[in-house]
Amino acid sequence: MSARKKQYVYGRSIDNGLLSVYNAYVFFVRFFREIFRGRMEFQEIVKQCYAIGNRSLVLISLTGFITGMVFTKQSRPSLSEFGATSWLPSLVAIAIVRALAPLVTALISAGKIGSSIGAELGSMRVTEQIDAMEVSAVNPFKFLVVTRVVACTIAIPVLMFYCALVSLLGAYLNVTLNEGTSFIAFFENAFEQITFLDIWTSVAKAVAYGFTIGIVGSYQGYNASKGTEGVGKAANSAVVTSMFLIFMEEVIIVQVSNYFRV
Amino acid sequence: MEEVFAPGEPVIEVRDLYKSFGSLHVLQGVDLTVNKGENMVVLGRSGTGKSVLIKIMVGLLKQDRGDCIVLGKEVSTQVGNDLRDLRLKIGFSFQNSALYDSMTVRENLEFPLVRNIPNLTRADINEQVESVLDAVGLLQTINQVPAELSGGQRKRIGIARTLILKPEIMLYDEPTAGLDPITCLEINQLINEVKEKYQTTSIIITHDLTCARETGDRIAMLLDGKFLKTGTFEEVFDTDEERIKSFYDYNFIQ
Repeated sequence: MSARKKQYVYGRSIDNGLLSVYNAYVFFVRFFREIFRGRMEFQEIVKQCYAIGNRSLVLISLTGFITGMVFTKQSRPSLSEFGATSWLPSLVAIAIVRALAPLVTALISAGKIGSSIGAELGSMRVTEQIDAMEVSAVNPFKFLVVTRVVACTIAIPVLMFYCALVSLLGAYLNVTLNEGTSFIAFFENAFEQITFLDIWTSVAKAVAYGFTIGIVGSYQGYNASKGTEGVGKAANSAVVTSMFLIFMEEVIIVQVSNYFRV
Repeated sequence: MEEVFAPGEPVIEVRDLYKSFGSLHVLQGVDLTVNKGENMVVLGRSGTGKSVLIKIMVGLLKQDRGDCIVLGKEVSTQVGNDLRDLRLKIGFSFQNSALYDSMTVRENLEFPLVRNIPNLTRADINEQVESVLDAVGLLQTINQVPAELSGGQRKRIGIARTLILKPEIMLYDEPTAGLDPITCLEINQLINEVKEKYQTTSIIITHDLTCARETGDRIAMLLDGKFLKTGTFEEVFDTDEERIKSFYDYNFIQ
C-alpha cells in the first residue's frame, strides 16, 4: 500500500471513530432529553421489565448457583491451611455481594438482554418499523429506547439481588455438605461482614450496568443499517461494547467505593 | 390558522429538488405539483429515487437543495410539534407494510391512534379500529399477528393503519410490489376507494403500469433523477421517447 493510500485509510478510520463517539454522545444526551418530555410509556416499561426478568431468570439462577458453589469449593483449601474454614461463609458472602453477583448478572444480561435489544431494534430499523412510527407522528425514541433503558436500569438491580441470593444458596450447599454448618449459622456468619456500603456499592454497580446494557443495546439497534447483516452486527456490537464498558465501570466504582471504606 | 385547500389547488409542490447519497446523485432537479383530490403516480425503474422523493415529503429524509412544500409548509424546516402536526395529515404506506411484528392487527391500528388522539374511550377506539378494518375488508384479522397474514393482507393493514388518523394526503410506496396479479387489482381498487371515501390526495410510487393506469389521474415519469414527462397515462405513453417506450413495452410485453 502506498504511503498516500495508507494515510487516506488511517484518516478515514479516525474520522469514522470520532464520528461514532459523537453519535453515541448525541444518542446519550437525547435519552436524558426525551425521558422528561411528553408522557411516559409506563405500560411498555412494565412489559419490558417483565421480558428482561423472564428472559434471564433461568440462566441467572443456574450461573449464580454454580458460581457460589464453585467459589466456595475453590476457596476452602487456602483457608483450611490456616485452619480458618469457619471464615468461609463471610469470605464468600463478601465476594458475592461486592463483586460476583453484580458482575455475573451484568455479563449474563449483556449477552441475553443487550443482544436481544440490539437485534429487536435493529430488525425494526431495517424493516422500516421505526420509520413507520415516525411518520405516524409517534416518537419512536421515547417508545422504544427510553422504555428499554429505564426497564434495564430497574430490572437488572433486582436480578442482581436474586443472583446474590442464589449464589449464597450454592455456597451454603457446599459448606453444609463439607462442614455440616446449619442454614442459620451460615447466613449469620455470612452477613456479619457485609456493610451497607457493600450493598449500596452493589446497587450502584447494578444500576450503572443496567443503564449501560440498555443504552448500548438500543444505540446499536436503533442505528442498524445494511439489512439482515446489520441486525447481526447490532446484536454482536451490543454485547461486546456493553461488556467492555461494564468492566471499565467496575474498575471506577470499586475505586470510588474504596475511597469511602474506612 | 389552518390553511384550507380547495379541490384542484396544489397541496404538494416540489421545486428543483436535489438529493444525493455520497457520489450517487438520485434526484437532480425534480419539479412536481400535486393538486388536491388527485392521484398522482410516480413511475420509474428501481433505484431512480421514487421512494426517496416521498420520504422527503414526509420528513424522513432531507433534500440537499430545492423546495418540498406540503400543505403550504416547507417540510425540511418543520421540527417538533409542527412536524408532528404535518405528519398527522400525511399517511405513508410502506413498500413492505412495516407492520409492528410484536403487535396484533388491533394493536397496530390502535398504536398511532391512542398516542395522537388522547382521551379516547375504549368504545371510540374499538369503533375506529373496526371501521377502518372494515374499509379495507379485513375485519376478521383483527386479532391476528402480522406473521399470520398474507402479503396482500399486510399491505391492506398497512394502509388501514395510516387511514386511522384520517390523513389528507396518502403516499403509497410500491403498493403492488411482490403481489400476485389478482391481489394487485384488489389493491388498485382499494387505492381508488380510499380516494373516494376519505377524500385524499395521493402519490403512488410504482413501476407497475397496470397500477399506474388503474389508479393515476396523472402520471409522472422519473428517469435519471428528473421527471421526463408528466400527464395522463395516454399523454405520457403516446411518445417517441425511446426510454419511455421501452419502459412501456417491457411492462406490458412481459
